[in-house]
Amino acid sequence: MRIFLSLFMMFGLILSSTAHAIKAGEPLEFKDADQEELYNKMLYELRCTVCQNESIAGSRAELANDLRANLYRMITEEGADQGQIKKFMVDRYGEFVLYRPTFSPANYLLWAGPFALLVLGVIILLINVRSRNKINNKSNLTAEEADLLAGYLDSKKEKE
Amino acid sequence: MNRHMIPLGVFAALLLLFWVGLGLNPNIIPSPLIGKEAPKFELPELHNQQETVSNEMLKGQVTVFNVFASWCISCRAEHHHLLDLQRKGVYLIGLNYKDERRHALGYLSQLGGDPYAKIAFDYKGDIGIEWGVYGTPETFVIDKKGIVRHKHTGPLYREVIENELLPLIRKLEQEV
Amino acid sequence: MLPEIGQFLMVMGFCLAVVQSTLPLVGAQRGQLSWMRMAPNLAWAQFFVLAVAYGLLTYAFISHDFSVAYAASNSSVNLPIEYRISAVWGGHEGSLLLWILILAGWGVAVASFSNNLPIAMSSRVLAVMGMVSVGFIGFMVFTSNPFDRLMMVPVDGNDLNPMLQDPGMIFHPPLLYMGYVGFAVAFAFAMAALIGGRLDASWARWSRPWTTIAWVFLTLGIALGSWWAYAELGWGGWWFWDPVENASFMPWLLATALIHSLAVTEKRGAFRSWTVMLAILTFALTIVGAFLVRSGVITSVHAFATDPTRGVYILVFLAVVIGFSLILYAWRAPKVGMGGGFTTWSRESVLLANNVLLVVACAAVFIGTMYPLIIDALGMGKMSVGPPYFNAVFVPLMIPLLIMMIIGPLVGWKNATFKASMVRLYPVIAVGLLAAIVWPLAMGEWGIIVAIIVFVATGIVGTFVVDVIPRIKAPTLTGKLARIKNLNISWLGMHVAHMGMAITIIGMAMATGYQDEKDVRLAPGEVVEMAGYSFTFEGVKSVRGANYASQYGTVHISENGKLLTTLNPEKRTYDKHMGMPMTQASIDRSLFRDVYISLGDPVGTTGAWIVRVYYKPYMTWLWTGVIIMAVGGFLAVSDRRYRMKIKRRLTGRRDENQVVVD
Repeated sequence: MRIFLSLFMMFGLILSSTAHAIKAGEPLEFKDADQEELYNKMLYELRCTVCQNESIAGSRAELANDLRANLYRMITEEGADQGQIKKFMVDRYGEFVLYRPTFSPANYLLWAGPFALLVLGVIILLINVRSRNKINNKSNLTAEEADLLAGYLDSKKEKE
Repeated sequence: MNRHMIPLGVFAALLLLFWVGLGLNPNIIPSPLIGKEAPKFELPELHNQQETVSNEMLKGQVTVFNVFASWCISCRAEHHHLLDLQRKGVYLIGLNYKDERRHALGYLSQLGGDPYAKIAFDYKGDIGIEWGVYGTPETFVIDKKGIVRHKHTGPLYREVIENELLPLIRKLEQEV
Repeated sequence: MLPEIGQFLMVMGFCLAVVQSTLPLVGAQRGQLSWMRMAPNLAWAQFFVLAVAYGLLTYAFISHDFSVAYAASNSSVNLPIEYRISAVWGGHEGSLLLWILILAGWGVAVASFSNNLPIAMSSRVLAVMGMVSVGFIGFMVFTSNPFDRLMMVPVDGNDLNPMLQDPGMIFHPPLLYMGYVGFAVAFAFAMAALIGGRLDASWARWSRPWTTIAWVFLTLGIALGSWWAYAELGWGGWWFWDPVENASFMPWLLATALIHSLAVTEKRGAFRSWTVMLAILTFALTIVGAFLVRSGVITSVHAFATDPTRGVYILVFLAVVIGFSLILYAWRAPKVGMGGGFTTWSRESVLLANNVLLVVACAAVFIGTMYPLIIDALGMGKMSVGPPYFNAVFVPLMIPLLIMMIIGPLVGWKNATFKASMVRLYPVIAVGLLAAIVWPLAMGEWGIIVAIIVFVATGIVGTFVVDVIPRIKAPTLTGKLARIKNLNISWLGMHVAHMGMAITIIGMAMATGYQDEKDVRLAPGEVVEMAGYSFTFEGVKSVRGANYASQYGTVHISENGKLLTTLNPEKRTYDKHMGMPMTQASIDRSLFRDVYISLGDPVGTTGAWIVRVYYKPYMTWLWTGVIIMAVGGFLAVSDRRYRMKIKRRLTGRRDENQVVVD
């Protein structure tokens, strides 16, 4: 059934064209550079909901054409900013449509995770290096002798 | 617990995640409209251009709002189910999405009739976007107050109708 | 008849793999020389059998045998011969057959080059590889048989996916699989060491060349995928953080950590259990990648036609193989000692930092790729994680890593002094800062991110100069060449590979930071100007290819009135995939810039088209840098110490079949 459903989700391109849809790559007029920059930025921030993981920037699906048209209209006619555009899309399609996840509690792990892991990794690194130093510094052995001893202890361990 | 067992624990959690994932479908997007009032719209009716179909018509009774198009192959597959529903007394409103009038009318007569009380004709697809339509067919269940209560993406089939739609419709009928 | 033979041979391969995974292993445990000696023979037999099976599948494609279902769905009568050959790995079943053939091939390579290993070790390695083969061949035999027949033989097939009908796509999968499978070898070495209880510096020395070669292949495979995307998708992009791309990138990150960790283990005997863990994780990620791509659990433009049954099989395989190896690790690893000590400021520390950064980067990519699945599995709805997230998180993690590449080679092993290292680093840092200020300005606009990247990349080149040049200084050219010959080749390989990385990064930064693009509507004869060039659109004409119809465009590029070159972007519609037009960008490449043109859609009926023109500075450096990285890798493995033979000490009784090997 799932395959059934998935297959039905892959819609063919609509052959009828609507006057207001914007084709991929179609040159557009903007009042100023800021508007154009916002448009180009949002093209890559919004997901094409009928595609298999594509933004609305390059997608040739008809719905993507319509969404680009909506984006253009919001920026040029309504002077919408990034927040308003995102809200418009999320109200209709849910957070799925945003390629940049929001900073909501559900996504804390996502945004904080890598940084937290980095901190954890650095801590482990420092502990590891320090403990190696301690072994060497606690004794009155030279570096070579400490090495020899460590190697001997290791091979003893291996034989167990 | 030996710290060397941590990777094993993490791995087990990952396996569980993948196992659950096999039962999910990443392509179906839940609707953010559920629990909210149906989007406002005002469109010409498919059969009669002078007539207007609006979201006001979704209030006062339990409505099944179905998005379809003549170019949509899966819509053809579910059409007879819609006729069934109409025969059972379910109130259907249709949204003809990004279509040509004559194609849509031809589609309906080809497939055995018009199950809809009214059909809104959304030529440009703007109202489809209001409803978060990302593929046809899509079916919404709306209660008497005009609140969207359920969305089904993809064609309807027997299990969905019997286990999800009809029980929900009956439950909503009981509500004031 | 022939496809049935192919199927039979596959089953034979399965049986041989089962024997290969058990007999030599038991033989090594009990000291049974005759059983251990079977391992190479089994590896060769397996390879032979699978090679013939693969040949038969290829023959079905070449001879248009559409009674074979797989050939019917991936080939067609008009498909050119080179694509008929590459179409064999264009779909799920055939690509798996290629994978297991490459796995058998690596098995033969290990069997052939293991004369300097103790036989117990090499037997265990081949046995573990046999286990992996059992899993993959079993996968094919039980769920994905490429030799299935169709009852009704179609007149023509469905043709190969148009996206794969490109020279880059011919080599992309084989290179990737060479990489993935190569990490199975590293995994097998790690497992053999754990099983045998022998985890020392010599184990690292044996593993290193295999791992490095696999890393080289994976690097080339990933780069080729990017090269293809750049030319075929029409938008000048080369990386999209798509889950399938990430599935290949994560093992690459861990493999990079692994080859650096192996360096420490080989040289100083440190990080032993950590290196084993990395080997397990790298291999595990290749299996996880296969799972993601073939099971339907994530959405991707790249995914094969998915089937949850396949997903279940891969998941079980993953659970068994990796679960077993992690249990073995948890059992054996605590007994492994710490190895040689080193001070806080030493090359070991820098390499440890390298590992931390690479593992965290891999984890970041992993979290981002898995997060939508996690949220969905928890019933919290559907969300997306795309390039905006990955770029925001990954790039900052890379900067410290690149800085490690500047410092590492200039810091001594074991116990270097900070002052001594800094003396060598000062000129490198100075030049880096200078470049970071000047170069971006010269490109037109100073930006902090580009400046940082220029700083680190220049620093890496600076380290190369500071470390290598003094060692080849000589008054005459012959003197210089003599000194070059005497250089430690694997040390030189490191420097070359790092240099390649620096060049790649510059290419990425410049192309992204200073590119210029214009989307214009052009009628035939109209001109557009960009980056000092004039682009004259001469219209589009219809042309027939072997199995496609092409809209063939012509654009003349001139500079200062002189004609520079002519580019021909195309829009191809393949006969069997009419709904999927393919953009064929036309690119004029040179050392310092790419000029890139692709066709959008036609406008109206007057012959006007939407044309996309891109100017991408230093794009060639991206590809060149990767090739240099690969060269560095090859240099590193050609060190003679990997080919040294070790005398084996035989002690104990000299029975017919039992020899105790130490």
